[in-house]
Amino acid sequence: MAEKFTFSLDGQEITAEPGQSIMKAADAAGVYIPRLCDTEGLKPQGSCRVCVVKMNGRTVAACTQPARADAIVESETPEIMGYRRDLVRMLFHEGNHLCPICEASGRCELQAMAYRLGITQSTKYPYLQPVRPVDASHPDIVLDTNRCILCGRCIRASRDIDGKNVFEYVGRGVHKKVGVNGDSLADTDVSIDDRAINLETCPVGCIIQKGRGFFTPIGERQFDLAPIGSNGKGRKA
Amino acid sequence: MKKRIATVSLAGCFGCHMSLLDIDERLLDLLKLVEFDRSPFNDFKRFTGRCDIGLVEGGCCNEENVHTLHEFRANCDILVAVGQCAVMGGLPVMRNAIMHAEDPLRECLETAYLDSEYVLNPTNSIPNDPALPLLLDKVYTLADVVKVDYQIPGCPPSSETLWQTLNALITGHRQRLPYELIKYD
Repeated sequence: MAEKFTFSLDGQEITAEPGQSIMKAADAAGVYIPRLCDTEGLKPQGSCRVCVVKMNGRTVAACTQPARADAIVESETPEIMGYRRDLVRMLFHEGNHLCPICEASGRCELQAMAYRLGITQSTKYPYLQPVRPVDASHPDIVLDTNRCILCGRCIRASRDIDGKNVFEYVGRGVHKKVGVNGDSLADTDVSIDDRAINLETCPVGCIIQKGRGFFTPIGERQFDLAPIGSNGKGRKA
Repeated sequence: MKKRIATVSLAGCFGCHMSLLDIDERLLDLLKLVEFDRSPFNDFKRFTGRCDIGLVEGGCCNEENVHTLHEFRANCDILVAVGQCAVMGGLPVMRNAIMHAEDPLRECLETAYLDSEYVLNPTNSIPNDPALPLLLDKVYTLADVVKVDYQIPGCPPSSETLWQTLNALITGHRQRLPYELIKYD
């Protein structure tokens, strides 16, 4: 077994194994680095950039960047927090995120990240208010793409765990979106038991299980009391 | 000198105003620090003088909303967007989802008053009384129309959130809201 080494994360010494990402090493040490597109059990893809950190002065995605011996990594600095705030804010502006009417409110990781970062200032970006479809064709599942943040977690879960390839990115640039492998969701072999449909997989309220809306009372929801990442792990409150 | 506060609800539901009333007996403390100018609380329809703080609930869905918002911006030193509707359009902004249509406003009105199977409308007409303000092509946030100094998210913001924010604005001691009070729903 290759030798372990240490690096510094915000002044704290973290132990890592060769090839281990900064995020994995930090998780193992119980230090939370904010993230949206990465979640336990899925291959990291480094697309949301919310886990941005500075390693030896360069900004990198903590979920994909392997840790290096004696590296100096900054995470909770005003500069990095500012980047994260802007990234999360832009996600809110890019889609149609109507928290008051969303079933995922209170357990939504995008919303929880905004709470954690304390986003309350007036907005400096325009709301794009895109026109996006809702696919309710499947008997058990609704796909409300207004809320999609293109994290790709459903894509990776369906491809790598379910082995079904139900979801995939289509289009490029601002036209990029998550498409389904068929005319609509009902034409795919997706099932409510898939990991891709699991409530833990979609960080927002895009993939919704029918008949299960608003199942936790306000005040008891996942992120009502403690910020996301409070226990040093990504998903649980 | 007491601070002068004006409040208004544009394309909102008055929920944010109700939430402010929910500070209950602290209203008495508030009234020691402020006096209300134009506001539904005292039913003043016009500004009587310059105000320190303007609290605006709701976004802009018709021309009267825009007119009122401009009046608030012109008469208030600090303009605060209160609640999700003022911040990002809120529920009324769902109307913007049909903006791709050929004639979106017509489609919206026809669905609301004529075509929907849940509509009972014996005259089969769309309300067009001259007293009704003209609807805008889509719903705008406050920041789309005027410069906004602060925003308080929430649907509605809790009375505690409003109380702490108002206190900070009145005393000038800016502070971060605690985690439990930052809510978008």
